Amino acid sequence: MTEIPTTSAFTPERLAKVKEIIARYPEGRQKSALLPVLHLAQEQWGWLSSEVMDQVAELLSIEPIEVYEVATFYTMFHLQPVGKHVIEYCRTGPCCLMGAEGVYDHLQARLGIKTGQTTPDGLFTLKEVECLAACGWGPVFQIREKYYMNLTNEKVDSILDELSK
Amino acid sequence: MAIKILTEHSHIPGIETFDVYRKNGGYTALEKAIKTMSPEEVVEEAKKSGVRGRGGAGFPMGMKWGFLAKPEGVPRYLVCNADESEPGTFKDHYLMKTIPHLLIEGMIISSYALGANKSFIYVRGELMYVIQILEKAIAEATANGLLGNNILGSGYDLELVVQPGGGAYICGEETALLESLEGKRGNPRNKPPFPAVKGLYQSPTVVNNVESIANMAWIINHGGEAYASVGIGRSTGTKLISASGHIKKPGVYEIELGLSVEEFMNSDEYCGGIRDGHHLKALVAGGSSVPIIPAHLVYKTANGEDRLMSYESLSDGGFATGTMLGSGGFIVFDETACIVRNTWNFSRFYHHESCGQCSPCREGTGWMEKVLHRLEHGHGSMHDIDLLVDVAKKIEGNTICPLGDAAAWPVASAIRHFREEFEWHVSHPKEATLPGAVYKGAAVLA
Ligand SMILES: NC(=O)C1=CN([C@@H]2O[C@H](COP(=O)(O)OP(=O)(O)OC[C@H]3O[C@@H](n4cnc5c(N)ncnc54)[C@H](O)[C@@H]3O)[C@@H](O)[C@H]2O)C=CC1
Ligand SMILES: Cc1cc2nc3c(=O)[nH]c(=O)nc-3n(C[C@H](O)[C@H](O)[C@H](O)COP(=O)(O)O)c2cc1C
Ligand code: SF4
Ligand code: FES
Repeated sequence: MTEIPTTSAFTPERLAKVKEIIARYPEGRQKSALLPVLHLAQEQWGWLSSEVMDQVAELLSIEPIEVYEVATFYTMFHLQPVGKHVIEYCRTGPCCLMGAEGVYDHLQARLGIKTGQTTPDGLFTLKEVECLAACGWGPVFQIREKYYMNLTNEKVDSILDELSK
Repeated sequence: MAIKILTEHSHIPGIETFDVYRKNGGYTALEKAIKTMSPEEVVEEAKKSGVRGRGGAGFPMGMKWGFLAKPEGVPRYLVCNADESEPGTFKDHYLMKTIPHLLIEGMIISSYALGANKSFIYVRGELMYVIQILEKAIAEATANGLLGNNILGSGYDLELVVQPGGGAYICGEETALLESLEGKRGNPRNKPPFPAVKGLYQSPTVVNNVESIANMAWIINHGGEAYASVGIGRSTGTKLISASGHIKKPGVYEIELGLSVEEFMNSDEYCGGIRDGHHLKALVAGGSSVPIIPAHLVYKTANGEDRLMSYESLSDGGFATGTMLGSGGFIVFDETACIVRNTWNFSRFYHHESCGQCSPCREGTGWMEKVLHRLEHGHGSMHDIDLLVDVAKKIEGNTICPLGDAAAWPVASAIRHFREEFEWHVSHPKEATLPGAVYKGAAVLA
């Protein structure tokens, strides 16, 4: 799993980015920076621990509870440690019409894990998500910002092979 | 060749870059608007075009702009809704990744028209790579003097901010989006007041969909009247349709409104017809929230008229026999699709995405999901089918935002048109729960 201790601080580059983001909004509206800053935090630590969220609260001069209630509302934020690659698989209707259920069965069998679990080597976490706005290009999953579309069992195998190297 | 207002240049290699976009006539509309027109004149052209909100509700864009309150000394905002999360809809995704400058140009023209000096594009967080594409386009436009201070020497200043969401369908609802943009949970607000009066930071705000705004470059170049001459009746212009499901060529297509559904489905220019060897069973015409219709109501309305791709024709027959254009998510089902399974899947989606503020939506979507799960997995009773209709009725119209309705309509319409299929799941639980099992009695089109 993720090795980085979550008590560490934002990297200087990210800290500069946080300042830049806050400056986008009108005076006194720095809370608007919360979602972009949480994304930055997750990019650094892989998930959002309460220590990390407290840091974010301090940077934005808001209460920690304001960060927790937002982080728990949005599905993209991981509140538990996750594997190196989080596979977010679309399970919604249109993708199912394109054969998503069969490909998902294959993916789970190949990884030997079910939804929500992480492989013992800490490489992959599997998450089911709703429509990713790629329905005509389904079945689809996402790993970080990358979309993998028109998936087949063979394609899944070669993607996993590539990422396991 | 059918007219293309949004995608005419989308196939040109490199069109996502400033230089190629510019060489193909990009940013001439912005120059025209800023150098030769007053903001009021730009609003006037939007009104004349008759263009209706492409996010799904179809509210006339020019009219909404006309409703924007303009109190002295208070900033006004334009917020572009790029949260696109309606199952079956992926056209904004396509437009932004292929021709990002069309949206940026539209945003600058629209912000100028509304007198906004800071505007936002709220993109669903999953589309982080699209956010990077948009940020690059913004940097290019700024470097070329088309964004920032004193645009083209006009004295008009504009800053464009791209904001990521965090993964929540409800943040596509405009007031939830504004809450989210303020750094909060995406709980919809009561309307009225509409955002046009009290929106972002309690200031007057216009929220428009990506596709709505992207139309502005063409409208300024050719005039609102020319736009209004495209399309049919009050469905003016073109529309991007996201086509998915059991067709030969899933993808995003730009159509002139008024094209027949039959041509859209079967012509090689568009969907290319149902997959080989299969037959049309049902259609969801405008994203998961709109009613599903059975094959015999797809090409013809109940009155026997040709069904057209327009706001009016698709909803002809109301809930009894019609559907809606909505956001243009055209989902096609052939005879291999199980309607009960799909309805359960959609119900699970709405339950998962309910923000939980209103009890009819929070509890009702949960109930529907549970009952549909029972039916799909062979433990349902005939009574459950009526129970579903009853729960759907209790949600409809009793909630803060239309997500409740959006959850109720697919269930109510599926039972209305495919009741026998639900009953078969109750009467034949063993058969119905075999992998890939589908009720064979539903009428299909050869
Ligand atoms: N694109 C997508 O991913 C999705 C789209 N939808 C669509 O959203 C639609 C519902 O959206 P709503 O915003 O709730 O519809 P609505 O009818 O309340 O509003 C439509 C637009 O017109 C404006 N408006 C209406 N009356 C106004 C007035 N008197 N003054 C000023 N502005 C006014 C609203 O502010 C809004 O921008 C559904 O029809 C559905 O098709 C739903 C889910 C997802
Ligand atoms: C639950 C829900 C989700 C919505 N999602 C979106 C969306 O993803 N994109 C969008 O443009 N409009 C969405 N809408 C509609 C918006 O509330 C609003 O009508 C639209 O952004 C206005 O822009 P338009 O007039 O240009 O269509 C949604 C509405 C509801 C009720
Ligand atoms: S209808 Fe549902 S999603 Fe909309 S505000 Fe109420 S609980 Fe939230
Ligand atoms: S249903 Fe999978 S991307 Fe839309």
